Amino acid sequence: MEQASTAATQPHVKVKKEKALNQGYWQKYGVFYLMMAPALIILLINNYLPMLGTLIAFKHITYESRSFFENFMNGEWVGMKNFDPLFKTSDAWRITRNTVGYNVVFIVLNLIIGVGFALMLNLMRSKFQAKIHQTVMFLPFFLSWVILAYLVYGFLSPLGVLNKTIFPAFGIETITFYQDTKWWPLILPLINTWKGIAYYAVIYLAAIIGIDKEYYEAATIDGASRSRQVWSITLPLIRPVIIVMTMLQIGRIFFSDFGLFYNITRNSGSIYETTQVIDTYVYQGFLVSGNIGLSSAAGFYQAVVGFVLVLLSNFVVRRISKDDALF
Amino acid sequence: MSAIATKKKERDVLAISNKSNFIINTFFWFYTAMCIIPVLLLISVSFSDEQNIRVNGYKFWPEQFSLEAYKFLVKDWTPIVESYGISIFVTVVGTITALTVMALYAYPISRRDFKHRNIFSFIMFFTVLFGGGLVPFYLMYAQILGWRNEIYVLMVPMFVQGFFVLLIRTFFSNSIPTELLESAKIDGAGEMRTFFGIVLPLSLPVLASVGLLCTLNYWNDWFLSLLFITQDGPRTITFRMLEALLNIQALTANSNVYSALMAANPKFQMPGETARMAMAIVGVGPIIFAYPFFQRFFITGLTVGAVKG
Repeated sequence: MEQASTAATQPHVKVKKEKALNQGYWQKYGVFYLMMAPALIILLINNYLPMLGTLIAFKHITYESRSFFENFMNGEWVGMKNFDPLFKTSDAWRITRNTVGYNVVFIVLNLIIGVGFALMLNLMRSKFQAKIHQTVMFLPFFLSWVILAYLVYGFLSPLGVLNKTIFPAFGIETITFYQDTKWWPLILPLINTWKGIAYYAVIYLAAIIGIDKEYYEAATIDGASRSRQVWSITLPLIRPVIIVMTMLQIGRIFFSDFGLFYNITRNSGSIYETTQVIDTYVYQGFLVSGNIGLSSAAGFYQAVVGFVLVLLSNFVVRRISKDDALF
Repeated sequence: MSAIATKKKERDVLAISNKSNFIINTFFWFYTAMCIIPVLLLISVSFSDEQNIRVNGYKFWPEQFSLEAYKFLVKDWTPIVESYGISIFVTVVGTITALTVMALYAYPISRRDFKHRNIFSFIMFFTVLFGGGLVPFYLMYAQILGWRNEIYVLMVPMFVQGFFVLLIRTFFSNSIPTELLESAKIDGAGEMRTFFGIVLPLSLPVLASVGLLCTLNYWNDWFLSLLFITQDGPRTITFRMLEALLNIQALTANSNVYSALMAANPKFQMPGETARMAMAIVGVGPIIFAYPFFQRFFITGLTVGAVKG
């Protein structure tokens, strides 16, 4: 009797319970949506609407109406026409070569020097001194590109230390760096590494410090030399960190640090051949020359190829070590 | 005595030889000098005599000591003080708002019992992977919102940065015990109360690191100014330095003091080279003095944990 009645009322109870649960959901989690609202609004303005805006690359924009939105909607679809001046001239090749070329050099330097610095800081006997070096190394990292441009200018300008103090001492003639294309493939990697190396060194150092001391003790007992230990213990154990840091940079190989290429070169037009990258090309074409079609086309090219490269590099990381993949 | 000896010996098992230690030390002192010397050069030039600089070039030690450059800046102090004010305002308000907005977003997506957490995590994460590029971004702020020369445009674009949100989320879900949140609920605290009363105070390490990075980004930012600020917009100190670097005339543009000086003495020569460097020193001062203290937070921030989606 009792059993029957519970069985009969059960469906009813279930519905009621679900309803209560549902009410409970909004009561309980409703506030979460409220918490996320501000960030969502900003993402919409800052990221998602501009993503739709990339379509501008396929449109011909005229300034008939005062409202940009109307101009955008009324703009005629022109297919790939905006891409023509990019790919029919040497522009696309030049900026792609510069962007990817510099990034490859940066990645290699960050890897070799970063790991090298981390190893040496770890081996250094005085931990106090290591701390001092580490702190000072971070100085350029925390300075803005504007300040770094001043520092570089102090060396390279016609009145700079190189031209007025060092070169005369060795009888070298004055070099007008800001007009001479051939020096920049040397200068830019130097500056970039100088600014960023502390970051990589510290990440690799953290990984090295995390290694269990017993490995080294065991190796020492077995008679392994110090360099042998670095080769056979340290490097293999920090391999995942090295791979992840490098792949993260490879994913960004189509993007460059605007500050490095704009400020350090003082945006000097006569050295664009070796210093102009996609980011500065888009900026120059758009805000200086006002060529919206060409620069949005270049921007679209960068966004799409860049995205594919991020996905590819992540795919590779996933294959090597699943835990370290971004997604 | 013998105890000390054995202790020393024990340490030596893993230590490197004297010779290699010496080489490494020397190398790093050399590198450390390379990090400091360029800044010293800047300081030296700012304290040098303008004429001397124009003839002999920049030197690591002023050949002829002079305070002219600073005197010139002091005479024309209003724009610099104003720019400092704008920089401080943008940095403080920007960092606090950014931290609040990002932490508020990170909390729900860190909760395992929140059923839409994956969707909202993805919405955030996708912005790290793909961006619309400069042109649509510029048009959004300048044309559609019409924020050219407005101070908001120096803050809003950096309020939400996907990478930071994911960093905060990882900290929330790894370091805040679920039991604690449950017990707060049993005691009758709402989600907001739990968030502000329990989660935030426990997350100070990650908030300090992200806050520090935001502070740096705001203080050091010149790109947003370059895009959106024209003739009479608000100028941060960093942007003022950039203008002076690209064009020395920017130092005297719109300056009543300069015109007054020229009127009083037509032969007056602007201490351009040195004033420019003095300007850089004035602008970089706060960072140089503050960074040794805050870089510690930065390093803990790096080791807080890997970001995962």
